[in-house]
Amino acid sequence: MSVLVNKDSKVIVQGFTGSEGTFHASQMIEYGTNVVGGVTPGKGGQTHLDKPVFNTVADAVEKAGANVSIIFVPPAFAADAIMEAADAGIKVIVAITEGIPTKDMMLAKEYISTKDVTLIGPNCPGVITPGEAKVGIMPGFVFKKGRIGIVSKSGTLTYEAADQVVKAGLGISSAIGIGGDPIIGTSTKEAVEFFMNDPETDGIVMIGEIGGNFEADAARWILAQGNPKPVVGFIAGQTAPKGKRMGHAGAIIGGADDTAAAKMRIMNECGLHVVESPADIGEVMAKVMKG
Amino acid sequence: MNIHEYQAKDILASYGVRIQKGVVAESKEAAVKAAKQLNRDTGTEWYVIKAQIHAGGRGKGGGVKLAKSIDEVSTISDEILGMQLITHQTGPEGKKVNKVLIAEDVYYPGASEPKEYYLSILLDRDKGCNVIMASTEGGMDIETVAEETPEKIIKEWIDPRVGLQGFQARKVAFALGLEGAGFKEMVKFIFNLYKAYEATDSSQFEINPVLKTSDDKILAVDAKVNIDDNALYRHKDIAELRDLSEEDPLEVEAGKSDLNYVRLDGNVGCMVNGAGLAMATMDIIKLSGGEPANFLDVGGSANAETVEAGFRIILKEPNVKAILINIFGGIVRCDRVANGVVEAYKNIGTIDIPIIVRLQGTNAEEGAEIIKKSGLKVTSAVVLKDAAERVKEALA
Repeated sequence: MSVLVNKDSKVIVQGFTGSEGTFHASQMIEYGTNVVGGVTPGKGGQTHLDKPVFNTVADAVEKAGANVSIIFVPPAFAADAIMEAADAGIKVIVAITEGIPTKDMMLAKEYISTKDVTLIGPNCPGVITPGEAKVGIMPGFVFKKGRIGIVSKSGTLTYEAADQVVKAGLGISSAIGIGGDPIIGTSTKEAVEFFMNDPETDGIVMIGEIGGNFEADAARWILAQGNPKPVVGFIAGQTAPKGKRMGHAGAIIGGADDTAAAKMRIMNECGLHVVESPADIGEVMAKVMKG
Repeated sequence: MNIHEYQAKDILASYGVRIQKGVVAESKEAAVKAAKQLNRDTGTEWYVIKAQIHAGGRGKGGGVKLAKSIDEVSTISDEILGMQLITHQTGPEGKKVNKVLIAEDVYYPGASEPKEYYLSILLDRDKGCNVIMASTEGGMDIETVAEETPEKIIKEWIDPRVGLQGFQARKVAFALGLEGAGFKEMVKFIFNLYKAYEATDSSQFEINPVLKTSDDKILAVDAKVNIDDNALYRHKDIAELRDLSEEDPLEVEAGKSDLNYVRLDGNVGCMVNGAGLAMATMDIIKLSGGEPANFLDVGGSANAETVEAGFRIILKEPNVKAILINIFGGIVRCDRVANGVVEAYKNIGTIDIPIIVRLQGTNAEEGAEIIKKSGLKVTSAVVLKDAAERVKEALA
């Protein structure tokens, strides 16, 4: 057991032959991820990084048995790539691409809601199960095997958290970077739920940031479940100014849960171990695990 | 991306949304000419002079005034043009007014009382779809309405697969208490507004107020339009409406070097790779007794050029007493970043405030060694806690 990806995952890379796709695919292969090929329309039949290139995701599923896809396709075509993967029967889609128009993602998310698939991202660092599979762009060596799950909206802050957890004498079961876009495939709550159901995870680090209701929703869900596993939480942006980037009327939908302070308060009330300083994530996790 | 009211109204009008008509002007002479033209086109004899800046609360700040004659158009435009308009959204220094919109008077007397409403369309992140919000409390800040009388806010969520349906527009119009001609006009108004929102890839429309005139016409008196930056590549015409003079000059400069920078007013500058870690670094600064002077994400490629550009921008803020560079090396190697810091430092010449460089991840030790050997007045740290301590010392 592990979360989302493991050594048996058969991974394909959409946008395989592009510069981003090529670089990160070779890093993933080096890590030991079972990359079974890639998709670049029009280049089917070629070989790239010693792996077969397919014209369509459907071909990759049929001929190479792919069940996980990672997407490096440029923003204008990324929503299409997500829908193609879902239509072809891929079970886990990891969309790395940053800058996809919101309208495109809204439609893609609706489209895949009718399929049996989990979308992680977009605008995320991906998913890693240490020692088994890295389906993302994170530095693999930071994530040492262990029993702590990480859920985070951010890239480098995820690496920071993993590094601290490892230095505190623990390790990582899996880490999920859910992405920083307004519309993402998997919410904080859903990602936390994966770890709550994973027998190889004993504790969870949950990292959020200002905007939206995801962390508050997750915290309330955790409380409703009776806090089955300890969760250490951090919200980035306690010093972020109001109104920058976030629309005027946008703050209203977020209601009272939108600021870092409000989210941290809710997380505290729900029994999470909230850290004020991002430097304390590892230490507090270690303390909590010792009981 | 934000655009001006007059630009927003042009876009709305092109989708059949009725607007308060107006002509934009950059001088009092042009304002007079605009008023005369407006008089010919609409018959209006009173004129509303509206400062065009990217901020709300213009009326309270003295940026919106009524002129009851052409002479008054001239004197009022002269007053408003060039003023530093201060509103609750501009900050204490205010914003310089370069343009005014000369608009027709739409509050003329007639068969019924004019009535103001509030209408907006925006993304509901949690539901993953757009939502129409409406209220009978036109002209009021929606935040205030939400706080004091939340029951007065009407919300209608739009299914992305089928778009806005007729029954939804009718529901909103009925909930606003409209009937007869005003009701029909409002349904049409909502429909065309949503069409414009979708077609322009907008992330927010706020029409406050929407006015029902004394002869039952529904029109947009103000319009705040925000376009999804990620979709601008397919709206070249809208992208051209960007007004750089409305943006912070340092933020514009940073953008040219591909740096994601937001100016704040603290005393410790920071330079970080990744947006989440950048926000977390700001929080660390605060917890160390300082205030962050900026948000700065150098992205995935922290090299000598980006670090130098970052230094130059941060150093333009006279309040900055220290700089914290926080890089978690993944694909980016820390030794390279360290070389970049040393090189940038030398290129700039003298930097007479303390610099703390925290490098962690790939080749962190090598990076720290490079900083140490450089002989520069740069303190290095590996663990985030140490970095926080160094900031504390620098401020002491």
